Formats: sequence, C-alpha cells, structure tokens
Amino acid sequence: MSLADSDRELVVDELGREPTQAEAALFENLWSEHCAYRSSRPLLSAFDSEGEQVVIGPGDDAAVVALPGSEDGGAEEGSTYITMGIESHNHPSYVDPFDGAATGVGGIVRDTLSMGAYPIALADSLYFGGFDREHSKYLFEGVVEGISHYGNCIGVPTVAGSVDFHPDYEGNPLVNVACVGLTNEERLVTAEAQEPGNKLVLVGNGTGRDGLGGASFASEDLAEDAETEDRPAVQVGDPYAEKLLIEANEQLIDEGLIESARDLGAAGLGGASSELVAKGGLGAHIELERVHQREPNMNALEILLAESQERMCYEVEPENVDRVREIAERFDLGCSVIGDVTAENYTCTFEGETVVDVDAYFLGEGAPMNDLPSEEPAEPETDLPEVDLESAVEAVVSSPNTASKRWVYRQYDHEVGVRTSVGPGDDAAIIAIREAEQGLAISSGAAPNWTTAAPYEGARAVALENATNIAAKGATPLAAVDCLNGGNPEKPDVYGGFEGIVDGLADMCSSLSAPVVGGNVSLYNDSVAGPIPPTPTLAMVGTKAGYDAPPLSVTPDEGSALVLVGDLALGSEDGAPDGEARLGGSEYLAQFDGSDAFPALPDDPAAVVETLAAVADDEATLAVHDVSHGGLAVALAEMVTDEAGLEVSIPTAASAADPVAAALFHEQPGRALIQTTDPDAVRAAFDGVAPVLELGAATADGRLELAVGDREIELTAADIAAHRETIERELE
Amino acid sequence: MTVAIIRFGGSNCDRDAERALEHLEIDAEIVWHEDGLPAETSGIMLPGGFSYGDYLRAGAMAARSPIMAEVREAAAEGTPVLGVCNGAQIGCESGLTEGAFTTNESARFQCEHVSLRVERDDTPWTAAYDEGDVIDVPIAHGEGRYEIDDERLAELEDDDRVLFRYCNEDGETDPEANPNGSKHNVAGVLGEHETVAVLMPHPERATLPDVGPTDGQGVLRGFEAADGGA
Repeated sequence: MSLADSDRELVVDELGREPTQAEAALFENLWSEHCAYRSSRPLLSAFDSEGEQVVIGPGDDAAVVALPGSEDGGAEEGSTYITMGIESHNHPSYVDPFDGAATGVGGIVRDTLSMGAYPIALADSLYFGGFDREHSKYLFEGVVEGISHYGNCIGVPTVAGSVDFHPDYEGNPLVNVACVGLTNEERLVTAEAQEPGNKLVLVGNGTGRDGLGGASFASEDLAEDAETEDRPAVQVGDPYAEKLLIEANEQLIDEGLIESARDLGAAGLGGASSELVAKGGLGAHIELERVHQREPNMNALEILLAESQERMCYEVEPENVDRVREIAERFDLGCSVIGDVTAENYTCTFEGETVVDVDAYFLGEGAPMNDLPSEEPAEPETDLPEVDLESAVEAVVSSPNTASKRWVYRQYDHEVGVRTSVGPGDDAAIIAIREAEQGLAISSGAAPNWTTAAPYEGARAVALENATNIAAKGATPLAAVDCLNGGNPEKPDVYGGFEGIVDGLADMCSSLSAPVVGGNVSLYNDSVAGPIPPTPTLAMVGTKAGYDAPPLSVTPDEGSALVLVGDLALGSEDGAPDGEARLGGSEYLAQFDGSDAFPALPDDPAAVVETLAAVADDEATLAVHDVSHGGLAVALAEMVTDEAGLEVSIPTAASAADPVAAALFHEQPGRALIQTTDPDAVRAAFDGVAPVLELGAATADGRLELAVGDREIELTAADIAAHRETIERELE
Repeated sequence: MTVAIIRFGGSNCDRDAERALEHLEIDAEIVWHEDGLPAETSGIMLPGGFSYGDYLRAGAMAARSPIMAEVREAAAEGTPVLGVCNGAQIGCESGLTEGAFTTNESARFQCEHVSLRVERDDTPWTAAYDEGDVIDVPIAHGEGRYEIDDERLAELEDDDRVLFRYCNEDGETDPEANPNGSKHNVAGVLGEHETVAVLMPHPERATLPDVGPTDGQGVLRGFEAADGGA
C-alpha cells in the first residue's frame, strides 16, 4: 500500500513540492483509516460524550472521568479520576495470535500511562470463528495465552470481558482490549504539548525494525496469505519492559516532571510526536539519529515509523531532563532527548538532512473524510425451527457462547492489585476504589448474533445489556468507551450495518445517561471468508457505594422467591405482555438455524437500570442475575449450585409462533432474575417501570426443576456443570 | 520493626503486600533491589511478580542479584523471610529453601482460589492456625509445581518442614485437590530455620476484608510472631 493519488495531490498542494519518502510514509500511515477514521468520523458525532463527570472526552490517549465521592465525606467529591481506553488489535492477532493480542494489552496500558494514571484493570472482548473449527481454536488459545502472558506479567488484573464465536469471524478474529486507570486532579497529564522550548524525551525500549507500517496494514482487508506475508507488520511485546515503564512513569508523575505525554503506538515515533505537538497547536524539531536504537543501520523512515513496543514520548522542561534520565536509568530503560517543541512546523532531520518538514496539524487532521454510500439492512423474516425442548435446552446451555469461560479467565491474573471484590465469571466485575470509597463495576462485550440480526436494535441491546450487568451488581452507569469493528466500509451493505451499530450504541448510551467518552474504530475486518458481523464492543463502568454485591448464584433459602423483572414478552402476573416474544439474534436460532425479528426493548431503559441497581442492594435481595445470552434457560441454569436449586414455572409467550421456545430462549436485554425474601417490595419498586413475574422458589437440593406451560424439564447441578464445560473439555 | 518488601523490576505484588501488612499494622516498606537492605530491617518479604521478566526460569535471575546475598545473610542470622509466589521461586532458586517450583502440570497460568491444609502450627507463619486447619487462599502462577527428588522430599517431611499442602474442603490431600501437580501436594515449605518460609499461594490477597476472604492474615502475622519470639 502506498499513499493514494488523491491524497498525494492534497499533500503536494499543501507543501508546494513533492513529499520526501519519509513524509509520504508518514501521510500514508497517519491518513490511514486506522489513524484518521476517514470512514467513521462522520458517524461518530452521534455519540454523546458530555456529562458533569467527564474531565477529558474523546481525542486524547484515554478519557478521564471523575468518580463520585462517598456519602460519609471520607473522600472528596470528584477529586479521584479514572481513565478509560479501548483498543483493537484485530489484524495482528490473526497473523500472530500470541504477540498480536499481547501487544494490544501493552498499547492500551500505555495509553493509560500517558494520562498520568496507574493501570488498575483490564477487560478483553474476543471474537472468533466457529468453535468447531481447528483454526478458530488455535487463534483462541493463542490470543488468551498472549493476554495472559502480558497482562499477568505487568501486574494489571484482567477482571472482565467476553468471548463470542460466530462463523463470520473465521477469517478475521477480533481482539478488543479495554483498560481502566486511576489518577487524580493533581497527577493528570494530557497529550497536548504545552510550551515551545521544552524537550521531547523518548523513554523505553530501543527502536528496532519491528511493526513497520502497522497502521496501514490495519487498514486493509486481510489477504489469504496474511499469516506469512504480514508477519513483519506485527510487533513483539516485552512485558518486563512495560512493567518498568509503568513504574518509571509513576515516578515521573510523582515528581511532577512531565508536561505532556503520548505513547508510541500506530505509526510509531512519527505518529506520537506529531500528534502531541499538533494537539497543542505547536510544532517540533526532532533529530532522528538521537533515538536509541537496538538494530544497526536504521534509516530515517524506519526510525520514524517502527512500531517497536514499550516506548513513551514525553514533553519535559529543559531543567528536568537530567532527572528524567536518572529515573529512566534506575529502571533500566533507554532514554534519549530527541528534540524540542517549537512554534513552527513539525520537522525531522537525520544526520543533518531534513527528511520531514510539514505542518503538524495538517499531518494529523488534514486527511479528507470519506462519504460512503450505505444500504439499510433488511429486516429478518420469521422462520422458526422445530426442536425437541430437551435437546434445545442442552444445545443452548452447552453452546461455547453461553458456556463457562472459566478456562479463559483462570489464565488471567484477576486478583493482583488487591482491589478485585467481584471477579470474572459474574455479570460485572467490581474493583474497590478505596481512594474514593467507591465500587467500580465493569462490564464489556457485544453480541454478534444480535447485531447480525439487527445492527441498530442489536447495538442498542448491547448497551442496555452492559448496563444491566452493572445494575445487577447494584451499580449505576458512569461512562463507557466503545470499540466499533466493521468490515470493508466501501461495500454499501457493510457500511449500512456499521452505521446501524454506531447509531444504536449512541442512542442507548444517551438514553442511559452514560456518556461515551472515547473509543476506537476498526474497519476492513474483511477476509476471503467475508465481512465480520458489525461488532460494537462496549466497555461500561458504573459506581456504587461500597464493594459488596449480591451473588449471581441462588442461595439455599427455602423461604425466598425467584422473581423475573423486565420481560416484556412474558409480562406481569396481572397484565398482558407489553411486547411480542421474538427470537431474533438468539443463541437458539444460531444453534438450530432460523430467523426472526429482534425483540423490542423497554421504553424507559434508564428507569429499569436504576431500579434494578437499587433493588440489587436491598437487604431482602439474596441473588441477582442478568438475563441475556441464551435467554431464561441459560440464566436459570447458571444460578443453580450443588447446594441450592430452583423450582420454577414459566408462562408460555402466548403471542409467539413457538410459545415455549420463545419464553425460554428469547434474548431481550434489560431483564434480571432476583432471589428475594420480599417479592412484594420488588413489585413495588418496579411498579410502572417494568413487568414483574414471580417464577417460583429456591430449594436446597441443587436441581433446576422447570415447567414451561405444560412441559417440564429437570436438570441437576452436575448436568448443568457438564453442559457448561464445553470449552474446558475441548481445550484441556 | 520494619519489613522490607524487596522490589525487583518485575515484582508486581509489592504494593499489595505493603497494603496487606499495613492493614495488619505491621510496619513495612518497599525496597528497590539495587538499594540494598535498610539497616532497620527486621523482616524480609519477597513478593510475587515476574522479577526479571522470568524469560529464563522463574526467579533464576533475581536469585543471583546482589541483594539476595544480603537476604541469605539476614536469614542465617534469624531475620524472618517470607517468599510468596515469585518470591517462593526466588527463595528456592537462591537456596533459602529446598526444591524448585516449575511449570504447572496444565502448562498454563492458573488464577483461582484453593484450599490449603496447615501442616504444623508451631512456626511463626502458622501460629495463628491449628494443625489440620483448612484455609482458603488464592494462587496465581504458571510455574508453581513443587519438584524435589524423592530422597530430599522424604527428609523434608521427616524434618516436618512442609508448611502447607493443597487439599480439598475436607482437608484431604487427594490428587484432585492438587492444582498444579506439586509433589505430595506441597504448597509451601520451611527453610533451614523455621523463620524462613516460602509458599506459592498469595496470603496478601486473602487479608483485606473489604474484597474477600481473610484466611491469609495468619501467614503475614508471622512477621510479628517471629519478632515477638526473637
């Protein structure tokens, strides 16, 4: 790939001359889809990114959000900040799953460091082709191992995430990594250069020839021979160096030595240094030969664009440079003073020769946007399979999409940092932010089946589902970051689907008053196997007072009731259902081939989420579980343990074409199962907000006894555990 | 007393250890390995992590760093030393304790809660428990399988220097309760002196009551017990 002719013309017009080889390469990378969002930026204005809690919104290395204070006054209101960032590392993870995924973690962690924050939690959302394919399993194992290796080594707990399998990821898996960091008003640093005359200092690993042209590689479809052809475009990570960088950065911030910072990611030093000064409306002069290198005879272009990992670019006042160098040396990190911030152009010289001389703002922001044609996706027709109920329950509960992900998160250190109050495997994780006396709930994921069936409604559902996960732990949404993954935007139907997920996610986050404070876009996730499903990964955080939350599993309290809230298709005890039961996007239809419209969502989703969060923390509440993937069948099965069971009766969804299947397997989000000693209080809380239906009671015998209409099913905890072991059984 | 928590470049449980000890009101300070042991050191903790990135063998590089000579010297003089996870690997690599911790039977990293049986209660590290107690403490390691030759293991067991074994909830040390394939389910051992101990599970992660179980507190209280007993 080289600079497109139309772009070259713009560059020549601006410069008044032909670009040098280094300039052409810089423009090619920084104006790529990956860096410049040429096809997506016109759509991103749909997102509401403002709110009183938002300190820094989209556009910096990571977003910054203020946490509420505690009611006891122990922590000052709004003085503790979290950072949030999310990044995709999709193409590298296909070519080299271990290193591709590992360096994805490294990149998002450095985005956190740039803000003067210490990384405290990671969440990974992963998407692969069918689990029955050997190649999918190979990628899955490699990606999980890469994340585990890197994240564990740097001591940042991986506390949440999601894993989905869908045939359309066969030629192009997705690795979306989110990181939460902790900082405060005094420590906050941005990626906005401050003052001409300050020094630019590069700290971290030596620069080698790895990862050349990664940004432009990420902006093309994956070719059939990508695994061998594109390997040089994949970087190799060194988590030990990253750990040293985390600690060095912490000390640099402690001592107040940093004026602005940007991590080196896509387009390497050229990208980071030019973006840093462009954001401050400034320029720079860089002498490329000063960069500490780990390979001999590198040329200007290589030094400028290599994506060698574990490097940070800092703006430092001249009198602080020696101290920065001392700190870097203490942590065995390379350090070079590569140039100055100026009030002029962004210029780079190499051995006396000027190789780059451009306006930094034009380089960063001058790429023209694409106005692409789109086609609205078609509404799915109703075509339902006929399946025996028992086989259906078994197939859905044991699907790798709904099955236990223990095999995955057991490989992640999810407790380092001693903040993890609720870990992975639950609806949402909870991290103790003792600095603000707040529990921070984290949920991350998307739902390829939903957004395949209905991009817009499916994306709205993804946002509501993440919020419901958080509310099930008693927290209310604070903010979110998104990772929007799509196929080749030049195909109108693909771009239409992408438009749908952007608008759907934006609309629901707005309804939930959860500002979308940052994100990442990854297009051209297309291969010979076709485009991926439009995939809007959302990483949402919420807060609550305290770090405790009700468990997901039912407790053996025989006097308690199990209540379903929010099911629009099944309704309340005393009224007709508000909506039709629709199976569109369900795991049931994915298993047995069929199609249907996507379920309708609640009219006032914010009220459902807020009420659920309040009820979750009620004294009478013994357990709460979000109902989503796999429907009621899966949610009920997941609540049963060896010690405690459930005896429930579910009304059929009378309006549906298949009333029994619809009741058990439809996947409308914004629902939860609540075990409570006071069902009347739950009814009162949800009065006028969402339907409430008492399904039955908890038992002390570790069995799920389920009646749907006149059909009955019984499963023991052991049966359920065996069904849910799909991934472990296959990969151990 | 001040417990020196030794930080190597890749240590990542140093702050956790400090927070846990602070919760127990045991004075502790993180010490950068190149700075050497402070004069007032009255206890030493080797925390978890990946000391030098552990690209060679876990703990092998750290064991050969200058500060470990000081640690061995202090240990010989009776200063209590506790190695946890990577600290346990360093302990074995540097000869403070016998045997070695090597790649898990699963060949994968494992982070999960396990049950441990307290094998003796007359050491500083276990004075808070009774022999046979079953405690819940998490593990998080890829190389935690205890290996030692049969003869030396027999000696170690004869000398009563096995401190913890992996067990099930009923305290039975059956193979199913062994998370990583450790020989005889060994999770932690004593050094030559009972003031030196290493274990793979993380007591500092089972100390703070606001995030979970607190069964690990007793192990960390060993610094007090050893100090009081000295």
